[in-house]
Amino acid sequence: MKDKLLEVSAIKDGTVIDHIPADSLFKVISILRLEKNDGMITFGTNLESKKLGKKAIIKLSGIFFKDKDINRIALIAPEAKLNIIRNYNVIEKKVVEVPDEINGIAKCVNPVCITNHEKIPTKFIVVDKRDIALRCIYCEKITDKEHIEII
Amino acid sequence: MKNKSLVSIVDFSKTDYLKILSTAAEFEKNSYQNLLNGKVIATLFFEPSTRTRLSFESAINRLGGRVIGFTDSSSSSVTKGETLYDTIRVISNYSELIVMRHPLEGSARYASEITQLPVINAGDGANQHPTQTLLDLYSIQKTQGKLNNLNIVMVGDLKYGRTVHSLLMALSEFDANFYFISPDELKMPDEYKLHLEKTGLSYHESRDLDDTINEADIIYMTRVQKERFSDPIEYEKTRNAYVLKNDMLKGTRNNTKVLHPLPRVNEIDIGVDMNPKAYYFEQTENGVYVRQAIISLILGLKS
Repeated sequence: MKDKLLEVSAIKDGTVIDHIPADSLFKVISILRLEKNDGMITFGTNLESKKLGKKAIIKLSGIFFKDKDINRIALIAPEAKLNIIRNYNVIEKKVVEVPDEINGIAKCVNPVCITNHEKIPTKFIVVDKRDIALRCIYCEKITDKEHIEII
Repeated sequence: MKNKSLVSIVDFSKTDYLKILSTAAEFEKNSYQNLLNGKVIATLFFEPSTRTRLSFESAINRLGGRVIGFTDSSSSSVTKGETLYDTIRVISNYSELIVMRHPLEGSARYASEITQLPVINAGDGANQHPTQTLLDLYSIQKTQGKLNNLNIVMVGDLKYGRTVHSLLMALSEFDANFYFISPDELKMPDEYKLHLEKTGLSYHESRDLDDTINEADIIYMTRVQKERFSDPIEYEKTRNAYVLKNDMLKGTRNNTKVLHPLPRVNEIDIGVDMNPKAYYFEQTENGVYVRQAIISLILGLKS
């Protein structure tokens, strides 16, 4: 585990997001709006993982997240783990939690939902946290994990 | 209920339902009451629905109100590409209450977020049509003398039919026993069956109407539409199995009533119309009283 972390250089203070499914890396970057962040960010992908097959990892120097923000990635990286780093040491480990509501990340699966026709941020109630099922607060239809499309 | 929007049947509680039904009964006794006293109500029909619109407009007129609006989107600025957001913002300045029907699902919820005015959903695509559900409840209560512990037989398209879904949700507050009669392709979706299981209510599923019709207090018929079938041969085979004919009502209970949200195509044979158990035309009359009740309660004109 430690060796894997070292494949990308260590950081002094910041956050390491580990166990991201490799094919979700760029979605995670987009959901966390990292492209707009001017902190030092390194990432590695297609790293070997016993659990996920291929995983990705993101190291963010000097960047810390609120739980509310980080939980937004739970839809696509439910196994992700966070290491909070202070002075090269992991001072806290966190897992992401699927939030009760998902706002503005996923697209409603229903083609005749108003959110697919007017510029409205989507809003969902998470009705199944384990298998991920979202109920649109507008059209009331369920978008399940298989059909989740990240905006 | 004052100033509250009615978008989805679950927005209102069982207490609200009962309040609406008792107020509707008052309006049935005395329908013309000048409670709105010239107040303006907008009826925005982004798709045509003559029956629902006229029922609302009749309710508003009986309350002494005035109606502004349009009857389909071709006669509004929607054809110029105006967003729903802009339309609702503007019309909010013209009226006290918005009644809207729109082909897109979720449009009424969205409208209720845009405006400070209460919004009554008169149908948003295949999603919700709560005033229909309340008039169904009123019709059931009026004909059965109660709402609790009734045997409700729902027939036809139970998969896409929004009226049966909303009615199921509302009646699940009243310990109903449900019988779902439909072809395999149009069965009641799992999420509603799951809701009944969680609520501890029983339901039975069958493909054959004859099995259960004699148990029914209410037979709720819906239209089986050809376009719902992936296989047209399957449609031809099943279409006649869900047509109610007069002789099928012979062994039914004395209190049995046949309801239908209308429009009917061929799923109730016209031979049934003269049977005293047919109730679908009286059902539409009830709609006016129920809408009078909803409007006056939301505007705080009745309490």
